[in-house]
Amino acid sequence: MDQGRLSSPYIPNTHDDREAMLQAIGVESAAELFRDIPEAYREPSLILPSPLSELELQRELQALADLNKSTDRIPSFLGGGAYHHFIPAVVRHITGLGGFATAYTPYQPEVSQGTLQVAYELQSLVCQLMGMEVANAGMYDGASSLAEAALMACRVTGRGRIAVLDTVSHRYLSVMKTYAEPQGLEVYVTSPGSARVEEGTACLVVQHPSFYGYLEDLEALERVAHSQNALLVVSTDPVFLGMFRPPGEYGADIAVAEGQPLGVALSYGGPYCGLFTCKEQFLRQMPGRIVGKTVDTQGREGYVLTLQTREQHIRRERATSNICTSEALVGTAIVAYLACMGRVGLRHIAELTYHKAHYAASLIGQIPGYSLPFDGTFFQEFVVQCPIPPGEVNARLLDEGIIGGLDISDQVPQGLLLCVTEMNTRQEIEALAEALGRMGG
Amino acid sequence: MNPPSLDRRLLMERSVRGRRGSSLPPLDVPPQPLPPEEHLRGDLELPEVSEGEVVRYFTHLSQLNFSVDTHFYPLGSCTMKYNPRVNDELAQLPGFSQLHPLQPEETVQGALKAMYRLQGFLAEIVGMEATSLATMAGAQGELAGMLMLRAYHLSRGEADRRIVLVPDSAHGTNPASATMAGFRVVTVPSDDRGNMDMDALKGACTGELAGLMLTLPNTLGLFETNILEICRTVHQVGGLVYGDGANMNALLGRAKLGELGFDVLHLNLHKTFSTPHGGGGPGAGPVAAGPLLAPFLPSPVVERHVDGDGRERYSLATPEHTIGKVAAFHGNFGVALRAYAYIRSLGAAGLREVSENAVIGANYLLSQLKEEYHLPYDRPCMHEVVFSARRQKARGVRALDIAKRLIDYGIHPPTMYFPLIVEEALMVEPTETESKETLDHFIQVMKAIAVEARENPQVVKEAPHHTPNSRLDEARAARRPDLRWRGVGQAAPSGV
Repeated sequence: MDQGRLSSPYIPNTHDDREAMLQAIGVESAAELFRDIPEAYREPSLILPSPLSELELQRELQALADLNKSTDRIPSFLGGGAYHHFIPAVVRHITGLGGFATAYTPYQPEVSQGTLQVAYELQSLVCQLMGMEVANAGMYDGASSLAEAALMACRVTGRGRIAVLDTVSHRYLSVMKTYAEPQGLEVYVTSPGSARVEEGTACLVVQHPSFYGYLEDLEALERVAHSQNALLVVSTDPVFLGMFRPPGEYGADIAVAEGQPLGVALSYGGPYCGLFTCKEQFLRQMPGRIVGKTVDTQGREGYVLTLQTREQHIRRERATSNICTSEALVGTAIVAYLACMGRVGLRHIAELTYHKAHYAASLIGQIPGYSLPFDGTFFQEFVVQCPIPPGEVNARLLDEGIIGGLDISDQVPQGLLLCVTEMNTRQEIEALAEALGRMGG
Repeated sequence: MNPPSLDRRLLMERSVRGRRGSSLPPLDVPPQPLPPEEHLRGDLELPEVSEGEVVRYFTHLSQLNFSVDTHFYPLGSCTMKYNPRVNDELAQLPGFSQLHPLQPEETVQGALKAMYRLQGFLAEIVGMEATSLATMAGAQGELAGMLMLRAYHLSRGEADRRIVLVPDSAHGTNPASATMAGFRVVTVPSDDRGNMDMDALKGACTGELAGLMLTLPNTLGLFETNILEICRTVHQVGGLVYGDGANMNALLGRAKLGELGFDVLHLNLHKTFSTPHGGGGPGAGPVAAGPLLAPFLPSPVVERHVDGDGRERYSLATPEHTIGKVAAFHGNFGVALRAYAYIRSLGAAGLREVSENAVIGANYLLSQLKEEYHLPYDRPCMHEVVFSARRQKARGVRALDIAKRLIDYGIHPPTMYFPLIVEEALMVEPTETESKETLDHFIQVMKAIAVEARENPQVVKEAPHHTPNSRLDEARAARRPDLRWRGVGQAAPSGV
């Protein structure tokens, strides 16, 4: 038996195939085809570990995976922008279909109707969810969507200042600053209770529910923004919208969300998909891919990428954004998820989440030494003030086989942000409360 | 391709009140007081379809696409190669796919170790010092790279370096990214060999220069023969060189951009390193930088620590002068895992096989088709070849028509009308995973279409003939945007 490594199964060319092609090309060797590379720089040393067979590869990756404690094996109460929800098996089956997974951006609509129709479905369902007029086909993630929304508001209004509530995720705020400040735009922070929109401000950016889990007073914030002719930009959670009034009903001009909770694996932070919607009047300033319905030469309905004159491949340095991916396969998962959940299912998931989160909060709120510092309505996340530093709480929870909440003591003294979804059983919730109880007092 | 079906109804048009597509658990805790009514929404209109209908609908839609699984897909600059299924499977191991991004570091050591090792592999492949996996797409990698140039110049008190040079052959994202980073874009023309025009470059290199964005091989599929002089020229006036790594499939193990003089670059993991394109994402665009720019990389990066008794530990870290965060979390981890698996499965020799076979395939097409199709730059290409349909255009058949006619023969069209500097461009990238038989079939078909263009142009101009839709009215789509389902009352197509 040949002890050497067989060549790659991914390359069909045999030695004879290569020789035949090289002869047809008219060169002696493949090396000649690389002769435009300066000689001293050709074939540099390349030091990588020895190649693995598929079997060896599976073992190596499984060993790496086994070093992790994943949420399928250990209860978790983490939220903060990524949420653990149930994913029907059908969703993963659909995203594994080669016709979706191994196609590319639908530049040739006649042979991309599957991808295009799914994108149109996504735009339709996201508009319904958000109560908004138009949506694009997807952005990278929730944070970059919110950053692009702020840039869009500046284009729409011709103004250069962005007001952000201090209850918006610091991670999102940080991405927004990365995007906005190099363009000479100013990002400033204001508090929801005394929200002020200063002169020259393009938009007021609100997270609803806030990073801390609570509903903002969108009616009041809408008045604050619009009284200064600034746009109201809302970042929200899509499962929350299964139960609560959507941003469109509050007069949001642009509304975005992280799409991950809708059937997308946590996957240590990505790939996810940003949902992006706006009022129809701002359509031509919207970033990203947009799919529209039209007719073919025989009058049959079909779909195409549309309004492409906004985009980089046509407009280059005058484009609305440089983005050219829509996280289409993640968008496909979202459409499949919403199709499975449907009208009743999404509401049911939202209600399970709501009741479980409130049950957890009621148990923890009764433990001596713990308090819930914020009033108001929350959905799936809430802040607990702990009697000992939250970092220590989390460490001790981990010793008991529980991934606790997010330590936000840099924002709220002794603050722990807990998240409960339908994935957390009653037993897990009660175990959490008991463990916290043992650390109290 | 399956015969076109008549049933193109949307989910909402298939919806029947009372149908369920999922089985959900009951509430297992005591019901809690509901929030005030004013916060709750009314009915949310979403489809009601059974699970089997969902599967059939999506399966049917997936069959309306051409894809790498089903068709030769030589879409230039996109590297539509076969991506190993095992890599998809491994990225979905629960030990990876069910990790929350904010978990304590001691619970994600395997994930961090894979990221750390991938950072090192990618830096080694391109000859750079450090890599950040935070950027979620090629275009975002470009933006991050441009922001790094900006931050670097600002850190040296050179705020007046406001100009970024971009070749006229560049992908549209390059000028768009440079603009988003606050730069003014100046275009540099190409010469008649398809290289950057050196006189124009020299003329544009002033004290205001922040840097140059360059794709290598360039978008004509050609290696810039003056690359060393280009980098020197930019560096001489204090500028930096940014590499667009979209075409890295040609250079794996052949040349390292860092050694050639590039200061920073992005890689498209979905093109070169085996994430399927997904109909337009997700991909990933890690940024790799040399010593000058490594401290400015986007946050986070993964660091390795070894404690006293030799135990290794990995953690997320913020580069010293980072441009900041570009994603809510740590980038597209699932895509990074596929790249990790791909590089581990091929090793150095396997990566060299990739570039060699990709380049042989493209040159084979070049040699066999240049009689029938005008070749604007008659010299060996790298991983892709750009033809022009200008001879066919003289007879009224455009690149678009040829592209559409290819569909009738079961081949996905090449990239059309790009790069912009080639009239009636057809950009063909065969990739290393296609067999000689497939390339021979493509050659035969392209020759047959060239004959048709002369003898029966109408059949080419009306193509495609057998797809679910014939050519679509894009002008109407833009003039009267219909971007979503608007409720019952909209005319429903007749179903089967």
